[in-house]
Amino acid sequence: MVLDDPGVRSPQGRTDAPWRHDAKREDLQHIGKPIRKVDARSKVSGLTRFADDLSLPRMLHMKLLRSTVAHAEIVRIDTAKAAALPGVKGILTGRDMPIPFGILPVSQDEHALCPDRVRFVGDPVVAIAATEEEIAWNACRLVEVEYRELRTIGGVHEAAANPEPRLHDYGVRGNIHRLENLEFGDLADGFARAAHTREDTFFFEGNTHLPMEQHATLAHFDKDGKLTVWSSTQTPHYLHKALARVLHPLPAHHIRVVACPNGGGFGGKSDPFNHEIAAAKMSMLTGRPVKIALTREEVFFCHRGRHPVLMRSRIGVTKTGRITALDFHSFLDGGAYGSYGTASTFYTGALQTVTYAVENYHFRGARFFTNKAPCGPKRGHGTPQPRFALEVQLDKIACDLGLDPAQMRLDNLAPRDSLTANFLRIGSMGLGTCIEKVVAGSGWKQRRGKLGRQPNGKYRGLGLACSSYLSGAGLPIYWNGMPHSGVQLKLDRSGLVTAFCGSTDIGQGSDSVLGWIIGEVLGIDPLGIKVVTSDTDLTPVDLGSYSSRVTVMTGNAAMQAAERARDIVAAGVAAKLSVPAGRLVFADGRVFDSEEPQKGMTWQEAVCAAEARHGTIGTVGSYSPPPAAAKFRGGGVGPSPSYSYSAAVVEVEVDIETGVYTVPKVWMAHDIGRALNAAVAMGQIEGSVYMGLGEAMMEEMAYRDRVHKGNRIFVHKIPSLLEYKSPVTFDMPEVVTYVVEDPDKNGPFGAKEVGQGPLLPMMPAVANAIFDAVGVRVDEIPVSFEKVHAALLAKQAGKEARFGPDNGPEGIPAVDFGDSLKIKTPWQGGDGTAWNEPKREKKAAK
Amino acid sequence: MTEPGKVLATFSVNGEPHEVAFAPHKTLLEVLREELNLTGTKHGCELGECGACTVQIGGTPVLSCLVLAVDAVGKEIRTVEGLANGPELSPLQHAFADLGAAQCGYCTPGVLMAADALLRDNQRPTRDEIKECLAGNLCRCTGYIKIFEAVELAAARCRGEQAEPRRESIHGS
Ligand code: FES
Ligand code: FES
Repeated sequence: MVLDDPGVRSPQGRTDAPWRHDAKREDLQHIGKPIRKVDARSKVSGLTRFADDLSLPRMLHMKLLRSTVAHAEIVRIDTAKAAALPGVKGILTGRDMPIPFGILPVSQDEHALCPDRVRFVGDPVVAIAATEEEIAWNACRLVEVEYRELRTIGGVHEAAANPEPRLHDYGVRGNIHRLENLEFGDLADGFARAAHTREDTFFFEGNTHLPMEQHATLAHFDKDGKLTVWSSTQTPHYLHKALARVLHPLPAHHIRVVACPNGGGFGGKSDPFNHEIAAAKMSMLTGRPVKIALTREEVFFCHRGRHPVLMRSRIGVTKTGRITALDFHSFLDGGAYGSYGTASTFYTGALQTVTYAVENYHFRGARFFTNKAPCGPKRGHGTPQPRFALEVQLDKIACDLGLDPAQMRLDNLAPRDSLTANFLRIGSMGLGTCIEKVVAGSGWKQRRGKLGRQPNGKYRGLGLACSSYLSGAGLPIYWNGMPHSGVQLKLDRSGLVTAFCGSTDIGQGSDSVLGWIIGEVLGIDPLGIKVVTSDTDLTPVDLGSYSSRVTVMTGNAAMQAAERARDIVAAGVAAKLSVPAGRLVFADGRVFDSEEPQKGMTWQEAVCAAEARHGTIGTVGSYSPPPAAAKFRGGGVGPSPSYSYSAAVVEVEVDIETGVYTVPKVWMAHDIGRALNAAVAMGQIEGSVYMGLGEAMMEEMAYRDRVHKGNRIFVHKIPSLLEYKSPVTFDMPEVVTYVVEDPDKNGPFGAKEVGQGPLLPMMPAVANAIFDAVGVRVDEIPVSFEKVHAALLAKQAGKEARFGPDNGPEGIPAVDFGDSLKIKTPWQGGDGTAWNEPKREKKAAK
Repeated sequence: MTEPGKVLATFSVNGEPHEVAFAPHKTLLEVLREELNLTGTKHGCELGECGACTVQIGGTPVLSCLVLAVDAVGKEIRTVEGLANGPELSPLQHAFADLGAAQCGYCTPGVLMAADALLRDNQRPTRDEIKECLAGNLCRCTGYIKIFEAVELAAARCRGEQAEPRRESIHGS
């Protein structure tokens, strides 16, 4: 369905500006050019100060004593011996911080230290600060904790079958945290009209972010009663909120959070963490600065990474592969706490519809609590798992129908400027171009299915997959009516422009995005702009570096602030030169008359002229995403100002004897809207290929199920960088990258996201390539060598040439999802509400 | 007087002597970061698994988390802080900045120290030689490609060529 487009490009965008979203590349001075990042020099000089690089006089070091059992009640904690150790300055237990917190308002289920119950191996119980880190460690060993062990819950089947003991006293029932059941259109009719249907079961094992920087926090409660927390966090605003909640009655405005540059995040630093809050409390207790730097093992305990997800997908298609019905179940192993899990659950059902038209769609998602480290958002947040399932299933469909998987996808693309079955509003849509690029580049038409046995005895194959991702979540994680991003500009007589923004650079280059955009609008050198970010005392709120939101949201806010500054400067210059403001051009560090270019002044003179006329110059910009079309409960997860698109072809070479395979080459095309910086965008795409490849081939957050003193215990199989396999230099294939630019009217200069999308097609493309090479299906991530081998053995034995979860009725947990919310699709005349939804109280916006 | 249980020793770091008192079980990484405040050198594991802590001793890249500080006394230690020549970045650093080969920048100091040693011995490293040299340095951000390209670009510039990044590595194919 084509929308009657309201024609606005962004809530604040001006349509007369020369930097409209569809501006010609040659009309832009800085945007799109490979200029350096604003922090490039410090990063290559070792001068970027990460959280653990900070220290303060009289600083104490804090360590956490963590649970050694997976599920237990805390009977007794005895810290007397620890307290007596010379050098120990402070000890905290759960009793000192009784207020629970959590990233989502609906799941405030964590404590800075567990007060009465531990829920996984690694849950923190006691915090000790000492003059030296080693003393704190030793003191932790002197603490005695007595546990009364409880039965452990190890996975989705077990959680569904065992409502008791409950991990939490909230949630749907038993150990079911969330159940979602959304039905769009008429599934029965969709399946009735299908020429072909399939039902497949898939499993995506959990994996983790593995940022190279381990989390660290420095907290300082000063003598004026103000608290400052420097931390490796992607979300300083949410950390600020959590601190204010737990440290009550300390007023929120006495708390300052400074997010240090993150040494990689990938979603792993977007929850407020127990160690951050404990360090703050410890500083309040001791009156001294307190630092905690986690070990690598502890980073695995923090986790909140990719959920293990079991999926059952029934799909109906016409004979050209058009999806008439999709009935999708997902079962998420959430680990011990809520984290972002509610959103993750919805995300396993949200974005299937934005790549190919889906006429009728039924999504059922269940998230369970288990006794493992909590899961949450990792690059792609909840969407890589269903994307894997869908793209592999489509490959099977194409095979069943004798269609070319690439052509079948091209024939069924979701249209641009349309609403999907689940009321997501698609704007620009460059997936078709992406597919065409990788198909042409890889020689898909001539080579797919024909590579076969190579002279070296190995088998080659090609696999294709596509994906889409959000350019920022359309809704904030807590309900409010305020902007998602704010930028303030200060213009100084020296010509300096300082940009203040709460956004956090996690390596993706968000600080630089501010510089490039403001530099373009004001016609000044982006590297001359001073960027002050992620400091809750100084910078206006930006919700954080998650959901690929920063380029679009911060970018639009920066553009608005810059446009306003430009107007003020233009008025000053116009008066001084007696030229109409509308005739002024801002370029090359000058402001001049377009009709008489020599008539003008330098940027600095222009700022002075404006300040003389208007007084001190400061402007603000803010951004709120367009309202969502979805109005049913749960419709808040999925809407975004725009969607990026990616297509990948992967080539594999498989040893048929062992199942060992390599990936020699990848072709990746990404529709980015517009690349604000060519080199930096390339880096995001290549990094996504890398991380996706790691997930596809080897990465897994797996647990050992052991018996400990008569009870089962779940311990990480692999809490180290050596054992948690991730790709090294030699694993990285040759990558041919295509940057597809289809400017989106909601993006600054047309930009969409690039940090997460290109990861998504990697996993299914690898699985599909294995099939092309050796004719076996691995319906499970990671597609590790032994699984390929097992599938090859099954094939040889004349069994189904597949490795994967049980496809039968026992394969998925028996869960009563209750009645679905029924929503008419746009083409059924739906208005985005559920016709059987009980009336909801409208919450007042704060 | 040295504190009991500590040793007093002089390190030569980036060409300057530093006198430090430290417990003898401290690693070179700990002494650099915590005693000398040279925080440019990073850590990702402190177990020899990630390469973030790479420094050079006598020109050879080593993992400073696996070297006892006492064993580095009297040797010439070089860290990322010693790469630039005064205010001027080294060609390797320039190439990393030009190509965006440092994303979060956390692995970068270790990668630079390993690659710098390679370029000193080998003016024309092949892609495989670069991969080999950096096989012990994990990077989670870049997918290594911009790092390989930056090392190649720096090598070309060190050979006196007027090299610029290739078009495809900046704008794609
Ligand atoms: S910190 Fe030395 S190798 Fe990881
Ligand atoms: S640049 Fe982030 S780990 Fe390498």
